[in-house]
Amino acid sequence: MSTATYTRYELLRTIRNRRVIIFALAFPVILFLAIAAPNRNVTDFSGTGISTSLYFMVGLAAFATMNAMLASGGRIAADRAAGWNRQLRVSPLSPSAYIGTKVLTGYLLAGLSIVVLYACGVALGVSLPAARWLAMTGLLLVGLIPFAALGIALGHLLSSDSIGPAVGGLVGVLALLGGSWFPISGHGFLHDLAQALPSYWLVQASHVGLGESGWGVHGWLVMALWTIALIGLARRAYRQDTGRGT
Amino acid sequence: MTEDRDRISTQADRAVALQGLIKSYRSPNGPVRAVRGIDVSIERGETVALLGPNGAGKSTALDMLLGLSEPDAGAVSVFGHRPHNAVAAGEIGAMLQTGGLIGDLSVQELVSMVASLYPRPRDVEDVLALTGILAVADQRTQTLSGGQAQRVRLALALVSDPDLLVLDEPTVALDVEARRDFWAAMRFFAARGKTVIFATHYLDEADAYADRVVLMANGRVVADGPTTEIKAMVGARTIRATLPDVDADLMGGLPGVTVAERHGETVILTCSDSDAAIRALLERYGDAQDIEITGAGLEQAFLALTGNESQPSVNEEVFA
Repeated sequence: MSTATYTRYELLRTIRNRRVIIFALAFPVILFLAIAAPNRNVTDFSGTGISTSLYFMVGLAAFATMNAMLASGGRIAADRAAGWNRQLRVSPLSPSAYIGTKVLTGYLLAGLSIVVLYACGVALGVSLPAARWLAMTGLLLVGLIPFAALGIALGHLLSSDSIGPAVGGLVGVLALLGGSWFPISGHGFLHDLAQALPSYWLVQASHVGLGESGWGVHGWLVMALWTIALIGLARRAYRQDTGRGT
Repeated sequence: MTEDRDRISTQADRAVALQGLIKSYRSPNGPVRAVRGIDVSIERGETVALLGPNGAGKSTALDMLLGLSEPDAGAVSVFGHRPHNAVAAGEIGAMLQTGGLIGDLSVQELVSMVASLYPRPRDVEDVLALTGILAVADQRTQTLSGGQAQRVRLALALVSDPDLLVLDEPTVALDVEARRDFWAAMRFFAARGKTVIFATHYLDEADAYADRVVLMANGRVVADGPTTEIKAMVGARTIRATLPDVDADLMGGLPGVTVAERHGETVILTCSDSDAAIRALLERYGDAQDIEITGAGLEQAFLALTGNESQPSVNEEVFA
């Protein structure tokens, strides 16, 4: 008995799900191509000194991976709607293996969208040193941890009908305030608010690709607090949903 | 699973023991006392029907048996373990009352996926054949008919080759033919010495497929015994005989007879003890002809046992 086969089929289901593929994979890539392709010769996007292709490749990498991780919430809500989570609870599959597999499929989707976006970026003239590709990707993957927990929490809190619009709206707001679309100006209320959000730091992780320095103590601290809080929320949501008390 | 069958019954030999189970849950109308203290013990190899009307507490009891919910009081043991441990060991296969199938997989893939979670699964092809879904093995689950989906759910419960099979109202959405096929598959499984417990409100199913009936009403067990014994408990057997010249009131005085009626030349005796009644009838009225003795069927037993309290008022069901 191992969960390898179970995980393999769960990945297969995810890849076959047209809605997941369209929203989590295709949508960010199409968006990137729509913005970057006509502006591929712009080398100084809005006074940043950075090409439009590079700027939006990294910004959309943050957006797309956040989307991919939260998509696991939709799949959990669908399992619950079908009564499938109860069926699994009368099988030897442990709750942690169930959730672990959902997180893994989220990371697989995130990884796929990163690869496709990077490939499109390179096709539009992006060129980075290998170390910078790796540093950006590594920090992005770490930055997705609180979003994995958020996806699990939402998947157990919301119905399969409401989770689509909820996650769509949430990702939009988080990406906007996090600076995925345009730089958040250096001072003022919006900047202070943005710095308290995990999406801001996810975008900062992607900005390693622009030559920025990543997180620093402030960033790591905010991300650690969000991770702890959202894992707590996910745990509570799971227990509430399964009726095992708190 | 290789225990000595001759050993005296111990906790571990017993398939299921429910002791003093009590469970209330919240509903929009206030708390519902779904299970109000039940004790049931099931030996290995038994096929037991948990019979009762909707709201009797059957599903709540099975949820506790499966470890899906915790009892407020009392204890559950499955093969001597707590339900959670029996589930983790793969000893239980269950078909829950509500539930569909997840999509984006073929029938074969879904059954294989579930099989992989268990320590000693059966061959997937065999299970698909047994449950009659080999023909749709390559079809995506979202394209199945209701009857096919239900058989896939049975396949999911059987593929682990569990020692205990729990079915909660398994045929509720099926037509007559699909029900017959379903029970044929279940019987094939039970014939291999497995323990089966199924909840139903179809009296004929309990009658036809269970060795034993546990009758529930209002969160309590109101009767528990072999199917034949449950019927006998209300004594509802009927003797009919052609006997033109005897007063029905006299017949009513025979041992074992509760009610005597006359319809033309026929007397109809409703009996609490039909064995005693038929002996007395033949002894005193040797000219009785065309004698028939019929069992009442579970339906009548069911009504007699639960009729008085089967329609609880809302106030009784709900306490504040």
